[in-house]
Amino acid sequence: MCLAIPIRVEALLPDAMARVTLGGVSKVVSIALVEHVQVGDYLLIHVGYALARLDPEEAQRTLALMREAAVPGLVAMEEVGV
Amino acid sequence: MKYIDEYRDGELARAIAATIAHEAVAGRTYRFMEFCGGHTHAISRYGIEDLLPSNVEMVHGPGCPVCVLPVGRIDHAIRLAMQPEITLCTYADLMRVPASGGTNLLKAKAAGADIRMIYSSLDAIQIAETEPGRQVVFFAIGFETTTPSTAMAIKIAHDKQLMNFSVFCNHVLTPSAIRAILDTATLPDAETVRVDGFVGPAHVSAVIGIQPYVGLAAEFGKPVVVAGFEPLDVMQAILMLVRQLNTDRCEVENQYIRIVTPAGNRIAQRAMTEVFDLRDSFEWRGLGELPTSALRIRDAYAQYDAERRFEIVTRSAADNPACECGDVLRGLKKPVDCKLFGTVCSPETPMGSCMVSPEGACAAQWTYGRFRTRAKAAPDRAAA
Amino acid sequence: MSSPRLRTRKLDIRTGRIDLSHGAGGRATAQLIEEIFREAFDNPYLNRGDDQAAFDVTGERMVMSTDAYVIWPLFFPGGDIGSLAVHGTINDVAMAGARPLHLAASYIIEEGFPLVDLQRIALSMGAAAKDAGVAIVTGDTKVVERGKADGVFITTTGIGVVPPGIELSGDRARPGDRVVLSGSIGDHGVAVMSKRSNLGFETELLSDSAALHGLVARMLAATGPSLRLMRDPTRGGLAATLNELAQQSRCGFLIEEAQIPVRPEVAAACELLGLDPLNVANEGKLVAVVAPEAAESLLLTMRAHPLGRYASIIGEVIEDDQRFVQMTTAFGGGRIVDWLTGEQLPRIC
Repeated sequence: MCLAIPIRVEALLPDAMARVTLGGVSKVVSIALVEHVQVGDYLLIHVGYALARLDPEEAQRTLALMREAAVPGLVAMEEVGV
Repeated sequence: MKYIDEYRDGELARAIAATIAHEAVAGRTYRFMEFCGGHTHAISRYGIEDLLPSNVEMVHGPGCPVCVLPVGRIDHAIRLAMQPEITLCTYADLMRVPASGGTNLLKAKAAGADIRMIYSSLDAIQIAETEPGRQVVFFAIGFETTTPSTAMAIKIAHDKQLMNFSVFCNHVLTPSAIRAILDTATLPDAETVRVDGFVGPAHVSAVIGIQPYVGLAAEFGKPVVVAGFEPLDVMQAILMLVRQLNTDRCEVENQYIRIVTPAGNRIAQRAMTEVFDLRDSFEWRGLGELPTSALRIRDAYAQYDAERRFEIVTRSAADNPACECGDVLRGLKKPVDCKLFGTVCSPETPMGSCMVSPEGACAAQWTYGRFRTRAKAAPDRAAA
Repeated sequence: MSSPRLRTRKLDIRTGRIDLSHGAGGRATAQLIEEIFREAFDNPYLNRGDDQAAFDVTGERMVMSTDAYVIWPLFFPGGDIGSLAVHGTINDVAMAGARPLHLAASYIIEEGFPLVDLQRIALSMGAAAKDAGVAIVTGDTKVVERGKADGVFITTTGIGVVPPGIELSGDRARPGDRVVLSGSIGDHGVAVMSKRSNLGFETELLSDSAALHGLVARMLAATGPSLRLMRDPTRGGLAATLNELAQQSRCGFLIEEAQIPVRPEVAAACELLGLDPLNVANEGKLVAVVAPEAAESLLLTMRAHPLGRYASIIGEVIEDDQRFVQMTTAFGGGRIVDWLTGEQLPRIC
C-alpha cells in the first residue's frame, strides 16, 4: 500500500493527468495535487496520485550528506584494518 | 532507476553503519521506533538490523493502516459487500485481514460478494461511472499519505454528481498515533514503551509537512527524524537520531529533504480539510479508543458517506484473545514474543492484521527475518 | 453408380466461431481437427488419423510430465497460451535430464471462441514444437458452453528418455554444492501483467517462454553426475523453487542478491506494483545445483548457449535443519527468501 517511488514525467495529459515512466514501464496518474508539473520532473506517486515533486538539488545534497556521514565510519574501519 | 538505486548503495551503507557503531556510546542503548509500515518493511527487506551495532535497536510502531483497523470495521465492510446491490472496491492488502468468525473479504468474494481489488480511488470512480446500476462503495483506509486521494475521489464524485458512489471512511491521523504511543494518560492500563526517538514517516510527511511533529517532540522530549524509504535514508536517519541523543537534543529534523518540505503539500491539505472533519473518537486496534484521531466525511459531502447511506452500523468486535497484535503495534512486544507467531499465525493463516498486512511487523519478521530467531546460529553474517 | 460425395465447405476461419458441434465428436469435430490442428502440427503420427499414437520404446528410462495452461490473457508479448503449453511441458521433461520425445495436447474450448484465434494458437504450437524438434502426436478437443471456460484451456503431456547414468532429483542437493541460475528472473510474469488492463502499465518487455532441452543437453554433456538437479522456476518464481528444493533436499541455501540478474524493466515494474522479482513467474529459465568443482565449467557451458547467456552462480547449499533460504541483500544485510503467501497474480501460467 505504501508504494510511493519517484517517477519521471514523460507527458502531460488532459484533466490533470500525466504519463510517468520508470525503467521503461509507463503508467498514467493524476497530478491534481501537485502544481506546475513539467515533463522531466520526478514525482512521488502513491495510489494513482502524485503527492510531491522531487527536488534534484536536494537529492544531490542528500547524497553529499550521506557521503559525509560515511567518513567517520571509513576512518574507523581503516583504523581497525577492515 | 534514478533517485532510487543511489540510495541502495551497499558500500555507502557499510560505511555509514561503521559511523553509527563508532558514534553510538558504548554501554548506552538507543531504541528508536520507526513509525511507518513502509520503514518496517524496508528494514526487514534490506536486512538493515544486521548492519546496526548491537546497542542500537529498532522498535516497530503502529504505522500500518491495515494493522490498526479494528475487526469491527472489517466486519462492517463485509456486511456492506454482502448487500446484493453493492460493489465494494478495496485495496488488495485488506482482502485477507481476519474478520469475526474466521472470515475475510477474500472468503466473502468467494461466497459471491461483489468485491473488486483496485489500485487507486480513481478506479472506484471509474467502476461507478461504467456500472451505473451498482452501488459502488470505496473502502478507504490509510494515514495522511492516502487520505488526499480519497478526498479527491469524493470531490470528483460531487462534481460529476455520481450518485452511485460512496466511501466507507477509515482514515486515521499520524500525530494522534505517535501521541498515543508516548502518552500514558491515553492508555490507562498500559505500560509506556521506552522509545528514545522516532524515525518519522516519509510520505505522510510529504503531505502534512514537519510542523505537526514539533509539539510532540518538545512535549515528550523525543527527537523525530523524518526519513525516506530507501535503506540509506533509514541509516542516515538513525545516525541523526544517535547524534541528537548524544547531544541531548530533541528536535524535529528532516532527512528526506528531496521530497518533504516543512509546510508539506498545501493542495493536498486543503482537499482533506474541505472533505473531512474530525471524529470525536475512533477505535484503533491495539491502541483502544483514541480521541480526535480519525476522519469522517463532512456534512456537505454526506451523500458520499457509506456510513450514512447504508443502514449498517459498526459493531465493536473483539480480537482473537490470544492475538497480541495490540502489544506488537505499541512496540511492547516483538513478533516473536507472541505465542501465536509461527505456530498458529502465519501469512497463510493469519490470526491478526500484523501478520497479513505486508507492512505489518509480524509479516515483515516472518517473510524476511525469522531466520534470526532460531537457537542454532546461521553463518555469522555480522562478521561478513 | 457411386453415391454422390458430400461437398463440405472449408471452415470459415476468418469470421467463424467455435460452436457446440465442434465438440460433439462428429463431422464438425473431425473437420476442426483436420483443418486447424493437423494443418498446424503436421506429423506422421497425427496424419494417420488414429485416436492414439504408437511408437517403440527402448530399454531406456522414461520421463512423463503433464501441465494445464489457463493463462490470461491468451496472447501476450513474447508468446501465447499455445507456445507456452509446448515450452512448459518440454521443460518439465527436460528438468529430469530427459530428451523430450513427444507431446499430447488436449483443448477445452469455450463456445463462441473465434476460429482465427484458435488457428493462431495452433500455428504457434506447431512452430514451437517444430523448433524444439518434438512432435505433438495425439490430442483431444472438447467444447463447453459459453461462460464455462475462459476462451481456451490447454493441457499438454510430454514424454522423454533419460540418458543412462543420469539421475537428477530434487532431493540430491548437498551442503557445499553451488546453485546456478540460467538468466534474468521475472520477465514472463511482468510481460503478462502488463497486458492485464486493470494493472495499467505498458512496457516493451517480452516473456522469456522458451524450450530449455537444448541447453540442458549441453549441461549434461559438460557435467555428467556432478549435476545434482535442475528445476524451472515457474509459478511462485525463484523463491518458490528454492524453498521446494530446500524441503526436498533437507538443506538450506545461502544466495547473493547481487548475483541474481534482473532486467531494469522487471525491476521497475516490480517497484511500481510492490512485487519482489523473486516471486514472479519465469518460463524460460532454470536453476541447477551442481557439485562445487564443476560449477565454473557448467557456468561457461551455459553462457555459450543462447538461453544461458546471462547464467550466474547465485549461491550455495548449506546445512540447515530448518531449511531456510537465506539471502545476502545487495545492500549488505541478510534476509530470508520465503514462499509468497496467497495468490499474488492469478492465471499467470
